[in-house]
Amino acid sequence: MNRVEGRVKVTGLATYAAEYPAENVAYAYPVQAQIAKGRVKRIDVAQALELPGVLAVLSCEDPPRVAEDADPELALFQRRDVAYRGQFVAAVVADTYENARAAAAAVRVDYDPDDHDVRLSADHPGLYRPDVVNPGFPTDTAKGDVEAGLAQAATTVDVTYETPVLHNNPMEPHAALAFWDAEGRLLVYDTAQGASGSRAAIAKTLGLPPDRVRVVSRHVGGGFGAKGTTRPQAVLAALAAREVRRPVKIALTRHQMFDVTGYRTPTIQRVRIGADAEGRLTALEHVAYEQTSTLLEFAEQTAVVGRVMYATPNLRTAHRLVRLDVSTPSWMRAPGECPGMYALESAMDELAYAAGLDPVELRVRNDPETEPEGGLPFSSRNLVGCLREGARRFGWERRDPAPGIRREGEWLVGTGVAASTYPARRMPCQAVATVRDGDFLVQVAAADIGTGARTALTRIAAGALGVAPDRVHVELGDSDLPRAPVAGGSMGTASWGSAVVRACEELRRDGREGRADTTEEIKRDAELARHAFGAQFAEVRVSSVTGEVRVSRLLGVFAAGHIVDAKLARSQFLGGMTMGMGMALMEETPIDEEFGGFLHRDLAQYHVPVCADARHVEAVWLEEHDDALNPMGSKGIGEIGIVGTAAAIGNAVFHATGHRVRELPITPAKILAPRF
Amino acid sequence: MKPFEYARATGPAEAVRDYTPGTMYLGGGTNLVDLMKLGVAEPDRLLDVSRLPLDGIEEARDRVRVGATVRNTDLAAHPLIRARYPMLARAVLTGASGQVRNVATVAGNLLQRTRCTYFQDVTRPCNKRRPGSGCPAIAGDHANLAILGASDACVATHPSDLAVALAALDAEVHVTGPGGDRIVPMPGLHRLPGHEPERDTVLAPGDLITGVELPPPPPGASLYRKVRERASFAFALVSIAAVLDVAADGTVADCRIALGGVAHVPWRAERAERALIGGPATGEAFLQAAEAELEQAAPLPRNAYKVPLARNLIVATLEELAP
Repeated sequence: MNRVEGRVKVTGLATYAAEYPAENVAYAYPVQAQIAKGRVKRIDVAQALELPGVLAVLSCEDPPRVAEDADPELALFQRRDVAYRGQFVAAVVADTYENARAAAAAVRVDYDPDDHDVRLSADHPGLYRPDVVNPGFPTDTAKGDVEAGLAQAATTVDVTYETPVLHNNPMEPHAALAFWDAEGRLLVYDTAQGASGSRAAIAKTLGLPPDRVRVVSRHVGGGFGAKGTTRPQAVLAALAAREVRRPVKIALTRHQMFDVTGYRTPTIQRVRIGADAEGRLTALEHVAYEQTSTLLEFAEQTAVVGRVMYATPNLRTAHRLVRLDVSTPSWMRAPGECPGMYALESAMDELAYAAGLDPVELRVRNDPETEPEGGLPFSSRNLVGCLREGARRFGWERRDPAPGIRREGEWLVGTGVAASTYPARRMPCQAVATVRDGDFLVQVAAADIGTGARTALTRIAAGALGVAPDRVHVELGDSDLPRAPVAGGSMGTASWGSAVVRACEELRRDGREGRADTTEEIKRDAELARHAFGAQFAEVRVSSVTGEVRVSRLLGVFAAGHIVDAKLARSQFLGGMTMGMGMALMEETPIDEEFGGFLHRDLAQYHVPVCADARHVEAVWLEEHDDALNPMGSKGIGEIGIVGTAAAIGNAVFHATGHRVRELPITPAKILAPRF
Repeated sequence: MKPFEYARATGPAEAVRDYTPGTMYLGGGTNLVDLMKLGVAEPDRLLDVSRLPLDGIEEARDRVRVGATVRNTDLAAHPLIRARYPMLARAVLTGASGQVRNVATVAGNLLQRTRCTYFQDVTRPCNKRRPGSGCPAIAGDHANLAILGASDACVATHPSDLAVALAALDAEVHVTGPGGDRIVPMPGLHRLPGHEPERDTVLAPGDLITGVELPPPPPGASLYRKVRERASFAFALVSIAAVLDVAADGTVADCRIALGGVAHVPWRAERAERALIGGPATGEAFLQAAEAELEQAAPLPRNAYKVPLARNLIVATLEELAP
C-alpha cells in the first residue's frame, strides 16, 4: 500500500517538530563542554548577555529547577561536573537562531579539567558486571560446562571481533518547540519515537504530573533508536521557554547530534565454539565488552543472541561494562542483536571453514528444538526455511567453498551467509476507534518515524473493520491520544496493531465506538520464545589493487510472521540491510583519545551507503503462520534487516580474499594490511 | 557565524581593486560557506566572483582555456574536454555529487581546503587554522592524511580531484592580482605545509584565479582513478591521474603521474616518471618506478596502508595504459 501521508511528505506539507509556526518564538542554542572530564569552575555570561537579541543564559551558575530524580543526561545544568566532551553546560536563548548561536560562542566557561579515559579495552581495570542488560535480561548465563564441551570438540574456534562507535544519523535533526500556557501546562513538539513516553520523560524531568504535559510528534524524519528516549533538546526547549516566558524552538546541528543523542557502544566480543565431527556444537561461549558513561548505565545486550540461536549442551554468555568519560550509549537499530550477531555469525563461518562444512549446512545442523538457554518452545522458528530458500535463490549450491580463488580481472569475488534474528515482542497499548462522517477514525499515540506505521495501522484497522483502507483515518503522534508504547524494539506495529484490532472489533459490536487496552490480554500471553529469523546472503568484489570492497548482491530472506503490507515491509528490510552494509564497510565514529568526544561528526566524514553502494539489494520473506503473537500474526520487521548483514559481508570478504578482517568496518586499509 | 558583508564583483580587475584584507572571494561556496558555518572561515566580507564573465571554455590554437567560474558539471560535460582531455572529465566526475558539481567552480575547486577533521573543528587545535596551536592529527586521526611531503606542523591532504588531473596535464593557472597578471604552472599552485601550513597555495592576498589553460593533450593514453571505501560522494583515499605514451620499440616515450590524497598538494610523481622515461613499459619497471617514488613516503601508523595502495595503484594504472 502506498503511504497515506506520502503526498504531504513529498509536497513539503508534512510538518516536522521544528517547523511549527509560533508567534513570538525564541531560539535556544547550547554551549558544549570542551573538556572530557572535570568541573565547570565558572561560567561568565556577561558578554553574551550584552549581545543583540539575547533573552537569557541558562547554566549551572543559576540552575533551572528540575526534578531531583531526573535522568542525569536530561537534568541540564544541575551539576558542575563534566561527564563528557560535548555535554551541554549552558544555553543561550535569543530572539533569532543566529543571535542565540553567536551569543553561545561568547559564553566563557572556565574548567578544572581532570584526566579522562575514553578508551574501551577487554582488559580495562574498570570492567564490571552489570546487574542486568537491556532491556532486562540476565547479564550472564551458563548451562553445562563450556570448558568440557570445548575439550571434547573435534573442531574449535576462539576468535575476537570488534565493532566501533556507530551513530544513528536520522535525516531529521533532533528538534523541539515548547509552549507553556498561563495555567502552567506544557506543550512540546518533539522529534520523539513515542509521544506517550516522551510526555512521561519530560514530565518526570520537570517534576510535573504527566497530565500537565502534551507531546506532539506527527511526523518524525527517522530515528533508528536515537529518538526512542527523550533527548536533551526537548528538556532544554521546555526549560528555556519557562525562563523567557515565550515559546522556544531548538534544532540540533549534526555535530550536536553526534555529541548528545546517543550512539551504539563499541564492542569487543570473544566467541569460543566447539563442534563434534558432525558439526554439532559441543560448546558456545560469547563474552561482550562494552562501554557506558559515568552518568548512566546502558548495558547493550550483545551476547543474548547465543541464548536463542543454536543447540548446544554447554552455553555461556556474559557482558562486561566499563564506565568511561563518554556520553551515554543508547538504542540503535537492533541493539544487542546487531553487533552480537556480527560476532556470532562470523565465528560460525570460521567454524564452518575449520570443520570443513558448508556454512548453511552447519547452521541447519544446529537448529534447536527449543530455545537453547531457557528451553522454552518457539512460537514459530523458520531459520532453516530461510537458509534453504536463500540458498536456492542465491545459487549457493554452485559455490566452491575455497577462499581466494575467484577472480574477475583485479577483483576477487566471494560469497557469504549469515543468520538473522530479532525478538517478536508486544507491549500494552490503548486505542480508540469511532465512526466519523460515515468513515472511521482510529486514534492511538503511535509514532510514524518514516517506517510507514500510519499506513500499516490504516491497513490493519481496515481489515479489522472489513472496510476499504480509504475509509479509515489513523491519528497518531500525540500524547493526548490513547497511550501507546515507543516505535522501537520492532514492537510498534505488534503493540499498536493489537489495540487497534481490539478497538475496531469493539466498534463493530457497539456500532459507534470501540475502546481497547491490551494490558490484560498481554498478561495472558503464553510463555513462549517469540523471535523472527532470517538469512542474509552477500556477494562481494574485493579489489586486489586497492582493497575496495563492493557488494554486488545482497539477499535477505526473512520469516517474520504475517507481513502486514508487502511494500512497506520490503522497504523496511532493504533499509535495514543497507544500513548493515554501512556497518560492514564504512560506518565508524572515531573516539578522540587526546581531547575526548567524537571525531567525524558530520555526514561528509561519517559515511553511510549511497545509492551506488546498494547495487542489487533484494529482500523476500516466507509467509509464516503464527497464532501465538498478536491478532495480526505479525512479527516486527524494523530491525531484523540489519542483523547479520555485516557478518554475511565479512564472510564474503573472507571467501573472496582468504583474509579474515575481525574489526569493523572492513576498509581498504584493513584489506591491504596483510599485503604490506 | 560572524556577520559579514556581501558584495558582487563586476569584473576581475574590479574585484582585485575592491579587495581589502578580510575579504574572501566567493565562488560556488560549496566549501567556503560550510567553513563559515563551522567558524573556520570568518571573512568580514564576501566578494562574489561566481558571476564574473569567466564561464567560457574556448579553444585557442591547440590549447583550451577554461574560465574560473565554469561549473564542475559543465567542465566535465564539455565536448572539447571530453574529446581531448577525457581523464580530466573523469576526474571531475569522481568528485562530490551531482548537486555539488552543479554549483562548484573551477577556481573554487582548486582553492578548497583540506577536510582534515581537526581543521574543521574550531574547538580543537590545528596549525593550519590557528598557527602554532599544534597538530593533533599526527598522534590522532590521520587515517586519511598525507604520506608524502608532510611536516611536523601539518599532515593535511588537498582534497581536489580536478587539481590532480591538472597537475598531470601541466595545466597553467591564470592569476590576476594587486601585482598584475601572472601564470602559475601546475602543480605549482599548491605548496607543501612546511612551517606555514596556513598557506595552502602560492597565491598572495587579493590574487584571483581567472582561468586555467590546458596545453595540447600529451600523446598516449590517460586515466584517472579514485580509491574510496564508499562507491560515490567520498574524497579519495588515494587517486591517480596518469598519462603513458609507449614508443613503437616498447619503451616509455612520455609519462605523467600525479597522485591525490597523499600530500598537501596534488603530488606529481617525478621520480617515478624519470625512472620510466626511456625504459621498458613493463610491469617490473612500473613497480620499480612506483617504489622509487614512494621511498620518500613517511607514513604514520594509521595511514601506512596508503603506501602499498599508492604503489598498487600506480602499477595497475600504468599496466592498464600500456598497449
